[in-house]
Amino acid sequence: MRKVYSRIIQISGDVITVEAKGVANRELAEITTSRGKSLAQVIRLDGDKVYLQVFAGSRGVSTGDEVRFLGHRMQVSFSDDLLGRIFNGSGIPRDNGPALAENVVEIGGPSVNPAKRIIPRKMVRTGIPMIDVFNSLVVSQKLPIFSVAGEPYNELLARIALQAEVDIIILGGMGLKYDDYLYFRDTLEKYGALSRSIFFVHTAADPTVECTMVPDMCLAVAEQFAVTGKAILVLLTDMTNFADSLKEIAITMEQVPSNRGYPGDLYSQLAARYEKAVDFEGSGSITILAVTTMPGDDITHPVPDNTGYITEGQLYLKNGRIEPFGSLSRLKQQVNDKTREDHRTVMNSMIQLYADYKETKEKEAMGFQMTRWDRKLLKYGEMFEKKMMDLSVNIPLEKALDLGWEIMADCFTPQETGIKTEMIEKFWPQGRNEGRDVEEEGEDAEEAGAAEVNDVLEVDSGREGDEIVEEALSDDSVPGPPESADLVTKEVN
Amino acid sequence: MSVRTGHIAGINGNMLVVDFADFVVQNEVAYALTGKERLKSEVIRVRGKKAELQVYENTEGLKVGDPVEFTGELLAVKLGPGLLTQIFDGLQNPLPEIAEKCGFFLKRGFYIEPLSDKKDWEFTPIAEVNQKVRAGDYLGKVPEGIFDHYIMVPFEMRGEYEVISVAAKGSYKITDNIAELKDSRGQKYNINMIQVWPVKIPIAAYREKLKPEEPLVTKVRIIDTMVPIARGGTYCIPGPFGAGKTVLQQITSRNAEVDIVIIAACGERAGEVVETLKEFPKLIDPRTEKPLIERTIIICNTSSMPVAARESSVYTAVTLAEYYRQMGLNVLLLADSTSRWAQAMREMSGRLEEIPGEEAFPAYLESRIASFYERAGIVRLNNGELGSVTIGGAVSPAGGNFEEPVTQATLKVVGAFLGLSRERSDARRYPSIDVLDSWSKYKSFVDPEQIAYARGLLVKSAEVDQMMKVVGEEGTSLADFIDYLKGEYIDEVYLQQNAYDKVDDATSEDRQKYVFNVLHEILTARLKLRDKDAARSFFHEIRQIFRNWNSAPWESDEFKKLEKSLRKRVAEISDLPITGSGRKDAGESGQEVRNEKDTEEAEDNGDAKENGRDTKDKKTVNKKETKDTARSGPV
Repeated sequence: MRKVYSRIIQISGDVITVEAKGVANRELAEITTSRGKSLAQVIRLDGDKVYLQVFAGSRGVSTGDEVRFLGHRMQVSFSDDLLGRIFNGSGIPRDNGPALAENVVEIGGPSVNPAKRIIPRKMVRTGIPMIDVFNSLVVSQKLPIFSVAGEPYNELLARIALQAEVDIIILGGMGLKYDDYLYFRDTLEKYGALSRSIFFVHTAADPTVECTMVPDMCLAVAEQFAVTGKAILVLLTDMTNFADSLKEIAITMEQVPSNRGYPGDLYSQLAARYEKAVDFEGSGSITILAVTTMPGDDITHPVPDNTGYITEGQLYLKNGRIEPFGSLSRLKQQVNDKTREDHRTVMNSMIQLYADYKETKEKEAMGFQMTRWDRKLLKYGEMFEKKMMDLSVNIPLEKALDLGWEIMADCFTPQETGIKTEMIEKFWPQGRNEGRDVEEEGEDAEEAGAAEVNDVLEVDSGREGDEIVEEALSDDSVPGPPESADLVTKEVN
Repeated sequence: MSVRTGHIAGINGNMLVVDFADFVVQNEVAYALTGKERLKSEVIRVRGKKAELQVYENTEGLKVGDPVEFTGELLAVKLGPGLLTQIFDGLQNPLPEIAEKCGFFLKRGFYIEPLSDKKDWEFTPIAEVNQKVRAGDYLGKVPEGIFDHYIMVPFEMRGEYEVISVAAKGSYKITDNIAELKDSRGQKYNINMIQVWPVKIPIAAYREKLKPEEPLVTKVRIIDTMVPIARGGTYCIPGPFGAGKTVLQQITSRNAEVDIVIIAACGERAGEVVETLKEFPKLIDPRTEKPLIERTIIICNTSSMPVAARESSVYTAVTLAEYYRQMGLNVLLLADSTSRWAQAMREMSGRLEEIPGEEAFPAYLESRIASFYERAGIVRLNNGELGSVTIGGAVSPAGGNFEEPVTQATLKVVGAFLGLSRERSDARRYPSIDVLDSWSKYKSFVDPEQIAYARGLLVKSAEVDQMMKVVGEEGTSLADFIDYLKGEYIDEVYLQQNAYDKVDDATSEDRQKYVFNVLHEILTARLKLRDKDAARSFFHEIRQIFRNWNSAPWESDEFKKLEKSLRKRVAEISDLPITGSGRKDAGESGQEVRNEKDTEEAEDNGDAKENGRDTKDKKTVNKKETKDTARSGPV
């Protein structure tokens, strides 16, 4: 039995200071208060002074309470018995099941040797075109969902969890609203996935320190399962709450804050967790999907900002859709050349055109006349948003690619898409109206815009700049339909 | 000498406070002992009888009262044959060997010698008996992969020495003595193939440092043409996350025309290092026809590895670079990312409770960054030959905002600034260097007048684009609109480059000169376009051909065929000659062709800015008229 100390000399925030000898850094202690027992962890040593963060919070701790050091660091039990169970941030069951104590492993272990990593190469199919086509999720990827409060990020997370082909789902909830926790539990149960899931849940009402333990608990368990050959999907929601808890403790410890009160080591702290995502050669893997809520939709806020530098891309959830801009899967290039040969072409072309659409949309909003090209883009953008971006769309990758070609062919001629000729020849849907309907529909209304300055003129870029401008303005316009339409049609045929 | 020891008095994160008995040396290496583990640390501050140490490992489990041993040596690396192809952590431990011994995970306190003393090297003597030598002079050489690895007089030996003996040609291990030297007082020194050098001190065993002038060809068009870098120069790549810093660094590490590439992955994603690590042994360097890994050293201290070693990793990398520079080689050091290194300094500074500077970075941030980049340079060695270290540092500014301290401190000391923009990367325009924001003090190999012309168009195009956002397309004159399209065209067919296309991935110097010349001809041709739609679809069309052209192997039949069809299409509506400009050799002879044709434009464009302003003024006047025209047109 280890010695019991009862000289608490300072209580500040959730950190207490006790005088003790022979205590190791990061060691666990148990503190017995009038409210019961709680775990605490050593976070700093200064001579005989030992600083401990109390998991259950310091409320009700008396200076005469007993502190017993346990001689080991934070641990979690690991076995198949974990499956289907729900715990809190200290590893105590919250589902009325039995506590697990055998086969314990320490959390927050050393990082994987980079020389032992392998290049990720397996795609995780989700059935969501905005992910599968444009930002493919890859085994061993760490991908956050950047989102504003109020967006359906937990629903998205749950849907990916259900549809992704993995062996075990581990959910880490941090500062989770109680109903969100129930939503996850009930959804996974409803679709029969609860029996292959493990929950570590810290709800918004639970003590702060437990929040900081959740990712380490999840990932320590995930790591153990992964080395036994299992494919693990870890869902963490919400990492901003995790960072806020770190901030709270750092401030209590009187650390010099770096950016908006967050501690200077925020990057390292987040990286230590996210970098646990790995694909073990000849064994299992860990894929991490995390939610990072952005206060005020501000991507430069320290939490999303640091996260973005660590993770392999991000999904940007806005207005109930995964935005193609701002979303990025850095690993998609590893897999999207092995799916279908037109995957990259469709991905790139559709995004570039969608970017053009966005610009046109802005112009339209400012009341400018729409040219023929603008109207094509508008049609395209609307189709894209409706048929591809909507989160309710649930189709396999190949169908989504075909759909992409159809949308493009409905709106444009092959040249306008800028796609390489060989791809056009192979994949351009035959017998579509090739983007001409817009022109016909809008011909009359459009004449004004298209024919505004359709005089033939010579332009010699920059030289004689003055003349050009004048020439362009000389009002002897040649009436009649613009030649370009004919030209384009000719090329197509 | 007995080992000096001390005892831990306090632990705060990765910082230890240690009581010591006799004396300590600032920045000396010390080991904290716990159980069987020896954790490497460095003395970073001394106050009274307490020394403060940063530990290069996780400090979990250390206790107050645990012993600490001081070594008296500064943090140093071992230099000698066998460094190439290796993958080290920030403290020069070979990671693959650690993996062999420890499996999937790193193990704290586990250190391995960086150089193998088992391997035999074929030594050829160079120095002769009685020859006078000084630090950095060659005593002999051994072949290391494709290079001659020179065994030098250790850099720390000051003054002149006389060679007493040199080992005969034959096979030796790195620990075998290969020469004996004598100083002026008759003291003798045995020299083997290993040198130990403290990482934070530059190696300066050369005659003089020169001004970097010769371009370093990266085969990335946007860099080589618009914001070139020079051998022995420095550059930085700041950019928000996702803008493609690392990809750009990877492309450069593959294609740059240098002898040796040293990659310092400092506090970044492990996955990215893995790509390099697994691909380089397979990729063949076209210049040497050997796998790229043979010219590469990787220093890898990724984000989840101990923070303090991040700082040492950039110093380790630059020291290795300087070592190979001493052999007359051109070395490129790519550091990704220097911001993580700065953050490591910030973390430590916070634990030391130093008074924080801007954004809590320490006050010495700028001087540390400056002295790091100053270690680059092209130098004349003792034997008159040249060697260079070029440093390219990625910067990850918080919030993508270039005003933050690390970016600003870096911009002060580098020769080229390759700023990446979120807008470009969002629009999938890669490499996403914002040419108009970026700058370089170095010279490009492409004709400067052609570059100035293109830059002028890009400026104009951006202006027109801005203006169109206000007045709309219909309020823009056709001439302006065509300039806008031309700017876009330069971007789409030349500045953007597809790293996943086998051919487009790397554009050689000759090809860049040639293609840029053709592009210049297209840009300066008198185009007959009747309206904006015609202009747009014309540029769409020639964009298509140009892009296909970019994917055609240099000087292949397909290359020639596509050039012809490109010219043909442009000639149909302009005065562009269908046959090429005859500029096959791209170099000097081409100049004449261009000169007789385009002198006027070039001059015109020399003061593109002024012109830009002029046109702008005119535009504002003309805008109204154009609008009127548009309105009255159909009536």
